[in-house]
Amino acid sequence: MKFLLVEDNLDLANAVCERLKMDGHVVDHADKIADASAFVDTGDYDLILLDIMLPDGDGRGFLKRHRAGNNDTPVIVLTARSQVSDRISMLDLGADDYMTKPFDYEELQARCRAVLRRNAGHAQASVQLGDVTLDPVAGQLRVGAKTVTLRNRELRLLELLINAPGQIFSKAKLADRLFSYDEDVSENAIEVYIGRLRRHLASSSLQITTLRGLGYRLDHA
Amino acid sequence: MRETANVSGSLRARLALTLIGGAAGISILMFVVVRSYAAQIAQQGQDRILEASVTSILDAAILRDGVVEVDFPYAAFAILGTEEDDRVFYAIHQDGALLSGYESLPVVPARVGAEVTHVSGEMRGASIRLASASRILVGADLRTQVTVSVAQTRDALQVTLNRISSNVAYYGVGFFLLSVLVASWATSTTIRPLERLTHSITRRGPKDLTPVAQPVPQEMGPLVSSLNNFMARLSTSLSQSEDFIAEAAHRVRTPLATVRSHAETTLQRVEREDNRQALRAMVRAIDESSRAAGQLLDHAMITFRTDHLEREALDLVAIVQDLVIRLTPIAEMKDIALTVVSDAEVNVAADSILLQNALRNLVDNALKYSPVESEIVITVSASPGPRVLVEDEGPGFPPDQINNLATRFLRGTNATGTIGSGLGLTIAQDVAQAHGGTLRLENRPEGGACVIFSL
Repeated sequence: MKFLLVEDNLDLANAVCERLKMDGHVVDHADKIADASAFVDTGDYDLILLDIMLPDGDGRGFLKRHRAGNNDTPVIVLTARSQVSDRISMLDLGADDYMTKPFDYEELQARCRAVLRRNAGHAQASVQLGDVTLDPVAGQLRVGAKTVTLRNRELRLLELLINAPGQIFSKAKLADRLFSYDEDVSENAIEVYIGRLRRHLASSSLQITTLRGLGYRLDHA
Repeated sequence: MRETANVSGSLRARLALTLIGGAAGISILMFVVVRSYAAQIAQQGQDRILEASVTSILDAAILRDGVVEVDFPYAAFAILGTEEDDRVFYAIHQDGALLSGYESLPVVPARVGAEVTHVSGEMRGASIRLASASRILVGADLRTQVTVSVAQTRDALQVTLNRISSNVAYYGVGFFLLSVLVASWATSTTIRPLERLTHSITRRGPKDLTPVAQPVPQEMGPLVSSLNNFMARLSTSLSQSEDFIAEAAHRVRTPLATVRSHAETTLQRVEREDNRQALRAMVRAIDESSRAAGQLLDHAMITFRTDHLEREALDLVAIVQDLVIRLTPIAEMKDIALTVVSDAEVNVAADSILLQNALRNLVDNALKYSPVESEIVITVSASPGPRVLVEDEGPGFPPDQINNLATRFLRGTNATGTIGSGLGLTIAQDVAQAHGGTLRLENRPEGGACVIFSL
């Protein structure tokens, strides 16, 4: 997916860009409204992540102009203002969703998916590998002619694996991506989800290999 | 926070009392003055008749052969006739000795040739008015003084006086009642601008600090202008503190977001378990601080707003559905299904920001404590009274704490390990109570918590 991140704090922008790129997304970064407008005019983005307090103006003004210009690229506002009234006014101005800083990256992903699903037809970010097609926005897995809807954790797990076939993921790493930080889960819980994915992929050309003591790897036969 | 004023006395009462008291005083004074004036006039009338009687008798006294003779003229007593049959007494003295008449009639030492003298006195238990006059009769070798006294009881006079008194009393009472009417009218027209000002300030929204623009009487001018100045200062300081909070939040939350992002990214790279533990702890600490800060701000905002509810017509079902859309991404991360069961429409008059915040806290709580792949059922119903039920399949509330879990900062004993500030239920309870409703916590018999938020 192609993101536009509008954020004036360079440290945060770098961290978010790096994190998004890590999952195979394309990110452009603008640190002021003028740049952001230029980016939006020239590039075709799937999603805009917008900070509200920017050096050359208020992100709300940008949002209003963006909506007035009939641009339907979904916008998720990243706000440092936590007051309820502020959050509600974002939605009134045409934001598709908002997140309060500091935000959970997994939640950001989940919100992106939800927003894209609501703006259906905009993004076709399906990943194809062998005879398997994964549509992360719809949460659907197609193996040959058969389509199944994945549970969210199955989807996230498969998305991780399918974006990096051949790479080894330790159980701990997968657990950190799948479970929230305050959940008390053992790494063995991952095995449940790996088991389910294996069942879904049973008739496909993909298989999940267990590497004892190391973790899992998605292999493409 | 609702303060009552230190009330001492009432302008309305003071004004009304002054006006009515004044009117009562004037009425009584009028009564006394008119009555005494009437008494005086009546007395003068009786005196004049008595005087005529005395004079005519005295004129009839002659000295014949050294003996005083009095031939009473008919008119002397006829003019004294009254409707009340007042009794008439007379006495004729010659040089101080009784010549004829009633012995017991008081003797008034009268000087010869002077005017007729009037006195009041008593005779046989009745109040009388007496007139007497003297004359010197001169004969051949005699010079003698004749004194004539005529007295009359005062029954007729008293009756007249009483009639006048009661009439004056009626007029006085009428005047007084009229004055009360005028006083209450004057009081309410005087107080009305004050009431209008009070009303216009009371029905203002919590954030309306614009100056009072309506015209007020001259005497209230200084009060209203100091009120306007005060509100202007308050408005400045409020917007400054709002800006300050927004700026402070921005300054703190942005670097926290940076730290959190880096920690998450690094967690994806490092392999050593102790490093990973440290990074996880870091993320949790950041989440905890930001959630606590957010809820403290929310709680402050809610405390402020519950004092000045901005009620509007809302559909509870629409609010819950909107909330579910907002929270679905979070629910999905744990594969929790958010199900809404509701009537078509549940209309309430409530403060929308407060309601959204309270309900969000309740569903947030349910999401936090729900196990993976479970269901949260949110029931919205209109009877018996608008209410929202949030039921989850989590561990439920500790039974010994269920009644005071909504206390500020108190967290369930089974909540260890879950990020929270202990304010969520407090916020929901404050909001319910501000709307005249309640928040009830229960454990479902089949397991899980049930929170009933009713308005």
